[in-house]
Amino acid sequence: MANGFVPYHRMPEHKLVPSVRVYGPGVRLWHWANATMVIVLCITGYFIGVPPPSILGDASSSYVMGWIRFLHLAAGYLFALLSVYRLWLVFTERGIAHHLYLPAIWRKAWSDGFFRQIRWNLLLDGPVRYVGLNPLANVAMFFMFLLPGLAVIITGFAMYAEVVGHDSWQYFWFGWVTHIFGNTLDLHIIHRLAMWVMVWFMMAHIYIAVREDILSRQTVISTMLSGERQFRD
Amino acid sequence: MKRPTTFDVLQERGISRRDFLGFCALAATWMGLGPQGGAAIAHALETKPRIPVLWLHGLECTCCSESFLRSSHPQASDIVTSLVSLDYDDTIMAAAGDQAEAIVEEIIRDYRGSYILAVEGNIPLANDGMACIVGGRPFKHQFDDAARHAKAIIAWGTCASSGCVQAAKPNPTQATPVHKLIKNVPVINVPGCPPIAEVMTGVIAYILTYDRLPELDNQLRPKMFYSQRVHDKCYRRAHFDAGQFVERWDDEGARQGWCLYKMGCRGPTTYNACASMGWNDGVSFPIKSGHGCIGCSEEGFWDRGPFYERLPDMQQWGIESNADKVALAGAAALGAAIAVQSAATVVKRVVTGKAYDKDSDDSPTS
Ligand code: HEM
Ligand code: SF4
Repeated sequence: MANGFVPYHRMPEHKLVPSVRVYGPGVRLWHWANATMVIVLCITGYFIGVPPPSILGDASSSYVMGWIRFLHLAAGYLFALLSVYRLWLVFTERGIAHHLYLPAIWRKAWSDGFFRQIRWNLLLDGPVRYVGLNPLANVAMFFMFLLPGLAVIITGFAMYAEVVGHDSWQYFWFGWVTHIFGNTLDLHIIHRLAMWVMVWFMMAHIYIAVREDILSRQTVISTMLSGERQFRD
Repeated sequence: MKRPTTFDVLQERGISRRDFLGFCALAATWMGLGPQGGAAIAHALETKPRIPVLWLHGLECTCCSESFLRSSHPQASDIVTSLVSLDYDDTIMAAAGDQAEAIVEEIIRDYRGSYILAVEGNIPLANDGMACIVGGRPFKHQFDDAARHAKAIIAWGTCASSGCVQAAKPNPTQATPVHKLIKNVPVINVPGCPPIAEVMTGVIAYILTYDRLPELDNQLRPKMFYSQRVHDKCYRRAHFDAGQFVERWDDEGARQGWCLYKMGCRGPTTYNACASMGWNDGVSFPIKSGHGCIGCSEEGFWDRGPFYERLPDMQQWGIESNADKVALAGAAALGAAIAVQSAATVVKRVVTGKAYDKDSDDSPTS
């Protein structure tokens, strides 16, 4: 992998091209850990809002909501820490790690790639070979993962402040969020809607990853395991 | 002339010292002041001149007054009404007409900068304030006059604190809470529809005793009564944690007194003292009576129905819509798009023998 930041660029169409290392170990580790956390958070979060059917018996003998909430809050912390770690990787692993945060809409190569991906997804054109984040996926990630991710972290800690009380550090740092909305029910709704946007993202992301892996001219899924992007003709 | 203390006024009304001390001890307990608190309150009320409290009514339903007058402790009600100068209170004063309105002017003149203004209800601004006329002129004018020279303003109830039902969307009268109209006078919000009686008397007793406002949170609510959620102190919380919920109003869980979360209880997002102080001398509170909390002390609670469902309506997406239904519609649309694209890919492959035409020659020139 190159040492500096690598911008999005296309590879020659017909030549045999060697594989390129696009992801360092940090980003790959982050990806799978993050995916696990998001799944845990979606499942537990869904049940926090709409709890499973009631447990019979004495209240002292079960702790269902307690565990669901514990799992959610613990995974929430890890998700937030992983987000910080991912940001840090931009500067330490470089390569294409910054694409996620900054779709290069001002660059011709990028916007050409973007429209090319749209045409390819409408089956009007064939796929291309490129190094970088798929520009269309990049936009989806920005609006359907990055922004909602930020929203769940901010509203998540603001709700956490409600749980641990107004003397907590969570309240000190995130109390202002409550102040914007007044009614903390709004935090729950925004948090929940952001979850659904992330669920939509997961649907599209997994489908497209599999599709591209089969149909496009480069590896996608195995790249997130090995870090290598291999090209097919 | 020496200004009378609160205790002087109480004696005039024939309240015994014993009852007076009893009240002070109670008030200290509501405020969580510790063992010395009762004596501190008694001392203040006996020695400091009584601070006049002017009580105005804007756009409201008088439930705050109703609650206040029903302060739990029987002897307390006399004491409580003596804490505030009820010379002017539209609902219960003896005077009427010009005579009554003159009292407001007198208090403002004689106690400039040293009286407490208590406002029940809010101020409608639309159409020059015509939605609320007091003594022949818009309430806005009376409020402005009284607020300008007050030492501090107590905003009683959710109306005065954040608007309440008369400010429900689209708020035709432009009903506006007190703190949004005040710049230079400290405001204390005491939300609730109505607030708990003991909270109201507690706030007044605190101000009279210590001659300052209690510590407020960032929504201007006194921390001592509003720093915990109903959910934090709810006696049904064990059922919440266990995962035992009332699912229908007539099911076994309802009989067993399980948690009302699934029935729309707003306890987890409502800051109030109901679950610890109770209502009517601590007899009960909504959840104890088997009904979920509707969050009446929270900003905007009136626009976040239905009260019997956990997820509020999202009318911008259509009546009967909520977060999960919107999400499901989105997921269905996305699923359809995926299905169409997959099908089209397969069809194309079957028809042309390949998924795409990779011989289109547009290699990058590098
Ligand atoms: C992928 C990320 C996340 C997803 C999908 C997610 C999802 C959810 C959902 C659906 C709820 C229930 C909302 C409701 O209907 O009331 C919830 C509640 C909550 N989440 Fe998250 N969440 C995420 C991240 C976080 C993070 C980073 C935190 C911060 C530590 C957090 C803290 C909370 C808290 C405190 C609650 C409220 C718990 C309660 O009411 O007891 N979440 N989450
Ligand atoms: S009844 Fe309401 S306040 Fe009480 S535990 Fe259940 S959700 Fe919380």
